[in-house]
Amino acid sequence: MAASQTSFLDYAPAPESTSILDLKDSYGLFIDGEFVDGTGDAFTTISPATEETIAEVVAASRKDVDRAVAAARKAFDGPWSRLSGADRGKYLFRIARLVQERARELAVAESLDNGKPIKESRDVDVPLVAAWFFYYAGWADKLDHAGLGPNPRALGVAAQVIPWNFPLLMLAWKIAPALAAGNTVVLKPAETTPLTALIFAEILQQADLPPGVVNIVTGAGETGELLVNAAVDKVAFTGSTEVGRAIARSTAGTGKKLTLELGGKAANIVFDDAPLDQAIEGIVDGIFFNQGHVCCAGSRLLVQENVEAEVIERLKHRMSTLRLGDPLDKNTDVGAINSREQLDRIRELSDIGEAEGAERWSAPCEIPAKGFWYAPTIFTGVDTSHRIARDEIFGPVLSVLTFRTPGEAISKANNTPYGLSAGIWSDKGSKVLAVADKLRAGVIWTNTFNKFDPSSPFGGYKESGYGREGGRHGLAAYLASAKEGAR
Amino acid sequence: MSTQAASRPRSPSTGASRGVHGVSDNQVLLAPAERAIQMIGGDLTEKALRRHLEGLPGVDAVGLEARAASLATRSIKTTSKQWALDAIIRMIDLTTLEGADTPGKVESLCAKALTPDPADLTTPRVAAVCVYGDMVPHAVEALGEDSGINVAAVATAFPSGRSSRTIKLADTRDAVAAGASEIDMVIDRGAFLAGHYGLVFDEIVAVKEACMRPDGSYAHLKVILETGELNTYDNVRRASWLAILAGADFIKTSTGKVSPAATLPVTLLMLQVVRDWHTLTGERIGVKPAGGIRASKDAIRYLVTVAETVGEEWLQPDLFRFGASSLLNDVLMQRQKMNTGRYSGPDYVTVD
Repeated sequence: MAASQTSFLDYAPAPESTSILDLKDSYGLFIDGEFVDGTGDAFTTISPATEETIAEVVAASRKDVDRAVAAARKAFDGPWSRLSGADRGKYLFRIARLVQERARELAVAESLDNGKPIKESRDVDVPLVAAWFFYYAGWADKLDHAGLGPNPRALGVAAQVIPWNFPLLMLAWKIAPALAAGNTVVLKPAETTPLTALIFAEILQQADLPPGVVNIVTGAGETGELLVNAAVDKVAFTGSTEVGRAIARSTAGTGKKLTLELGGKAANIVFDDAPLDQAIEGIVDGIFFNQGHVCCAGSRLLVQENVEAEVIERLKHRMSTLRLGDPLDKNTDVGAINSREQLDRIRELSDIGEAEGAERWSAPCEIPAKGFWYAPTIFTGVDTSHRIARDEIFGPVLSVLTFRTPGEAISKANNTPYGLSAGIWSDKGSKVLAVADKLRAGVIWTNTFNKFDPSSPFGGYKESGYGREGGRHGLAAYLASAKEGAR
Repeated sequence: MSTQAASRPRSPSTGASRGVHGVSDNQVLLAPAERAIQMIGGDLTEKALRRHLEGLPGVDAVGLEARAASLATRSIKTTSKQWALDAIIRMIDLTTLEGADTPGKVESLCAKALTPDPADLTTPRVAAVCVYGDMVPHAVEALGEDSGINVAAVATAFPSGRSSRTIKLADTRDAVAAGASEIDMVIDRGAFLAGHYGLVFDEIVAVKEACMRPDGSYAHLKVILETGELNTYDNVRRASWLAILAGADFIKTSTGKVSPAATLPVTLLMLQVVRDWHTLTGERIGVKPAGGIRASKDAIRYLVTVAETVGEEWLQPDLFRFGASSLLNDVLMQRQKMNTGRYSGPDYVTVD
């Protein structure tokens, strides 16, 4: 048994098999419980790791969107709003269990279509999807306790537009509370990542969900625009601040209830008394998790000046052990950038960072010949006025800034148009609480980062949006109090 | 040195003379171990040692365990697995530490160490056999001259360490004189938990001296922290650092007699200490998880943790060991499976 390899760390390939997938060559729209042909143009969804076509999907036209909204309206007026909370809960529990049963298939599809490492889709995305449905299934018959007084009512038809960074998880964040509250849904997955939403539609058929309760229309921005401007009662959007602003404008005065979960530029604050090895892990999880395609990513590292050199040295060492490559390989830490468009944006902002005088360092990893890739990168010597300290890059790029006192850390952390999340690293509990109290961000992690739980509300301050998802607060976004009366 | 990695100073500790430690205790000079003097300075007192250890960065238990769990998800297949299985065998300290040990039992263990798999003579030999001090002569004789297998002896009133310094040193000298080339000592956990860091330190220094052979060379010293009794990760980091300062060649998790014995998070933490020490001094210290590692799958997770924490340079018997007995047979079965494509069974490997 001669050992032929020269380095143990060149782990032999351990790819997850795609044979579990039963994909169609082309997909229609999921309307009124059936897959139907759309009337719009077809487009392809590709694997960002290989640029190979996975399947053909259709861009829903105005006619298709109206048809989907009509189906949702009929389902709302028909069976769904008359069903007891306990019965709605049964459907949600059933969906949660089916997600668990088909977990591996969903994880493989997600990694294939999105480019994220299989270990993340397998260990984070899909388990959280199931958790979200389980959590809101439990709420369905307890809406009197959602904080809106007795007998709150559903809003009606919800238009939901989700991003490409966590395709299935964002679907769960949107659909689970909407259905638990008694609404019906028309959801549009992102243009580059429609695959798992379409497999999810099969799960809905398996679960025997009444037709029209959930409708899925694929397409790009135009389809999304048609959807939010259709005859719906609620709009929920996760994505860029720019699009969020346009949606706020177009829904203003229409009476549509709106939830926006937009961008972020989170500060990850490391004090000199932090548990250092764990802080390094937290910095890595904060910015390189999901290739940095995370709205709450810890993209600004604020490190106390007296430990900056040590933290950077340790961080570089740790980054050198990250494994970039095939998203379906079980040992991959950093997968592919989701699209060429996003890769161009990351490159552009990184080049600006360098031009503005920050020092760039990228982990030494081999970049595959095909597909969209960006090596984990940090910028040191970043000042608050640099664009890489202000603009959301939405990629594996970390800007390192320093501070001297807790007061300076707080003011630098808050000095952003965003306010979605923040992280604090210190072994001293009293300091952590005092600093957390002064940070204007929706989610604050201490001695950890990028942890999600369905019972915990999530959402932002300022340009990071409004409304909350998750927990009781997330439910309230899909309910009106009895006093508000029928629309 | 004080500005570097793990020895960066914190706010001066006012707690140095808390509790049972009178000021007089704090001023007692400790044994002048070379590493400690280089790291802390010539004025090596209990107080200086305490401040140094209390200045180490804290450990966040949740984060440490999450990192270990994440390393445990690495998927090691085909050629990597083949290499790993052989590497594990080469790093095993094949161990028997029972009251019921006899010369016959030790001879049988040594035969297994020499020929782990009689059906496949390409199987590498283990690193060492590990026995109680009185069994050392039998092990030395059974292994013969040029086996390449070391004899390790547990010493210093193993496993509890509850005995006088005189007895512990005699125990050590006895084993070295009988031909043990490695000594696995236990620290005085009672003293450590009571805050008498100086006592623990001095004892390790003294045992190290007792490891000296007549020709001036030293038996290798592995210092067992018994992490299951230290209870917190902060304690494990301090005890690891203390043992290295006092002259340990290896730091070892456990005796195998206390539960929990070796765990992946504890081993990861000790590897981080060893990495920090190497960054500071360029010196390489070994790590030995012992007790409770029974399956190849678990052992491979340790290899991954070593390689990704301190580097694959550590994947050699001089720097990493498994203290184990039943692990070897599981590795042999996995090895047979890789060679034949079929699982065998416990009757196709030898009992020792």
